[in-house]
Amino acid sequence: MSVRELSFAQAIQEALAQAMEVDPRVFLMGEDIGVYGGAFQVTGDLVHRFGEDRVMDTPISELGGAGVAVGAAIAGSRPVYEFQFSDFSTLAMEQIVNQAAKMRYMLGGKVSVPIVFRMPCGSGTGAAAQHSQSLEAWFGHVPGLKVVEPSTPEDAKGLILAAIDDPDPVLVFEHKLLYKIKGNVPEIMYRTPIGKAVVRRNGKDATVVASAIMVHKALEAAEALAKEGIDIEVIDLRSIRPIDGATIIESVKKTTRLACIYEGVKTLGIGAEISAMIAESEAFDYLDAPIMRLGGAETPIPYSPILEKVAVPQVDGITDALRNLVKGGF
Amino acid sequence: MTVEVILPKVDMDMSTGVISQWHVKDGDTVKKGQPIFDIETDKAAMEIEAPGDGTIKLADLGGAKDIAIGTVVAVIYGPGEIVKAVGASAVPASAAAATPVARQPAAPIPPPAAPRQGTTDEGIRATPLARRQARQAGLQLGNIIGSGPNGRIVAADVQSSRAAAVKAPSPANETVADAGTRAQFEAGSFTEIPFDGMRRTIAQRLTLSKQTVPHFYLSATCTIDILMAIRQRLNGHAPLNPDKSPAWKLSINDFIIKAMALALQQVPAANVTFADNAILQHHRSDIGVAVAVEGGLFTPVVRAAESKTLSTISREMKELAARARARKLQPAEYQGGCAAISNLGMFGVEQFSAIINPPQATILAVGAAVERFVPVNGQPVLATQVTLTLSCDHRAVDGAVGAALLQSIKRLIEDPALMLA
Repeated sequence: MSVRELSFAQAIQEALAQAMEVDPRVFLMGEDIGVYGGAFQVTGDLVHRFGEDRVMDTPISELGGAGVAVGAAIAGSRPVYEFQFSDFSTLAMEQIVNQAAKMRYMLGGKVSVPIVFRMPCGSGTGAAAQHSQSLEAWFGHVPGLKVVEPSTPEDAKGLILAAIDDPDPVLVFEHKLLYKIKGNVPEIMYRTPIGKAVVRRNGKDATVVASAIMVHKALEAAEALAKEGIDIEVIDLRSIRPIDGATIIESVKKTTRLACIYEGVKTLGIGAEISAMIAESEAFDYLDAPIMRLGGAETPIPYSPILEKVAVPQVDGITDALRNLVKGGF
Repeated sequence: MTVEVILPKVDMDMSTGVISQWHVKDGDTVKKGQPIFDIETDKAAMEIEAPGDGTIKLADLGGAKDIAIGTVVAVIYGPGEIVKAVGASAVPASAAAATPVARQPAAPIPPPAAPRQGTTDEGIRATPLARRQARQAGLQLGNIIGSGPNGRIVAADVQSSRAAAVKAPSPANETVADAGTRAQFEAGSFTEIPFDGMRRTIAQRLTLSKQTVPHFYLSATCTIDILMAIRQRLNGHAPLNPDKSPAWKLSINDFIIKAMALALQQVPAANVTFADNAILQHHRSDIGVAVAVEGGLFTPVVRAAESKTLSTISREMKELAARARARKLQPAEYQGGCAAISNLGMFGVEQFSAIINPPQATILAVGAAVERFVPVNGQPVLATQVTLTLSCDHRAVDGAVGAALLQSIKRLIEDPALMLA
């Protein structure tokens, strides 16, 4: 079995290609994913390999495109619909939330909607308020949807393939700043289980729960703190819905402290859910400090690159906050 | 130059103090050395002097009663200096829980607050882990000093407190007993007198002593007719003070203090303290003497009593007792001591056993002087006797050593002329 270094975007492209090779029901839809190769060059030259029937450019109508894809899924296909920016999924809310998410439940299990929505998300590209949001928590609130958010090329491929296999609608949030990062990716087709978090770094002083790009920032902060003798455990959430509560609870019982770090707006975000879950769990009696959340500022993402950085947690701030959490300043 | 007035540590055990009285008002001009307030600790009240000259500005302590050591309670500033409201740096212990502290990474961590002397865990900041560990260890959160922000108790505080509790289990026991005890009496059938610092200290120290110091007791009856005669003679010959009062009025107890001090010199193996990894054998005979006061007792110490005359001992004791009753003793006057004496003879008690007051290794319980017929050459002879009971810390003083000490005391008391040697 061979393992190569691929970028996050290449890993997704490989997952899409392998799925299309083995399963004729799989096809791609989205704006500019054909000859242009996708706004972030994820689909690349797939249109040349699989043709325009399976790598389908759609008009600029997210509601229309998503509606066609949902219909195709109900009819037995396995569509993968790319929103150019996940922000534009707001135009397709009816199809995602009212149709795709509800269909299996309302039709007594006789129909399922095996669709994948690819959701390029996050700030840091200077794309301003309408192209930089992190809306994963919104969709995580809807029963009937699954929401995943890979942080590595390996998981990007594995989660895309797991999402395509899944009988229900799955939204794959892809942080735009991750597309270029590189990592080892096995060549074979493999699935990363949906609903399973992974411990990226073992530690004993505090647990950080993060996802997507925040995993990398947390790991960087953890390395800096390791030099000070502070030992941080970093959990990569990977799935927003369902959340892997057991892994987090076990970790908090060990470290006695919890910080949730996420790019989405802090209030009513992923960290709010994890905090509450821990407070309700057996891990409560193991907490030796208040639960800490570091989330996005209560503001649209600013266009100014300086303000854009300030609006979401960065490594220095995370380092300071974790030090404070462990050293008793919080 | 602005000088801060902090609440000083005037007693080894203190973590908080109460300002019982201010002698100055906000804005008064004070001179260095002038008494500015009275501090009251568990054991003592004392005057605190101004550390500098200038105008005094009192801190806003928010009405806090128990104030943590090191709290800035006032500042003294010179002419032309501008002083803002004082109080931001002050963290009154009892108000700590209610004092919001800015939560900035760079902000200094406020000084640790003192333990709140509460009997319940309600309203005390503690993490869930700390609460659970305290519950499991049977510790009251109110007796634990929190090191976290706003005095929050964290697991490490419980662990260090638990380590300390293994050495001194008293505070927890005292309050654990409390809840169950109260329930055994009909509501309204009693008046509740809250612990003051002295009651708490007595309870802690004597529980510690009874639980950790292996006591044994030795009794001897002494005939004190000669002592009584000498005492009468010495008192009869006391020179007069300018106000015509006699310069001394020796009590039986003064003789016993002197006798015990000399006996400890004769039996140095009994003049000891059991320390953590060694026996401390004392060179002087510092004798603590229990003095009953309203609401408790003090044990002021007569230092080097072996080298002092009876009249000196007597005068010192009177002065120490008077200040003990006024709660004006300095900590240095009641701390330490090699041995102690407790006398309940004035209540007609003939014999009793006393609890050792650590770090002392012995305490001599003195009963009332009573007349008895004793056989002398087969004939009953009337004699005045006291019964002495010596409590010994067996860790430091073995039976034979304790007996030798008591024998020495008895010999000196029965024939006080030997004290002149």
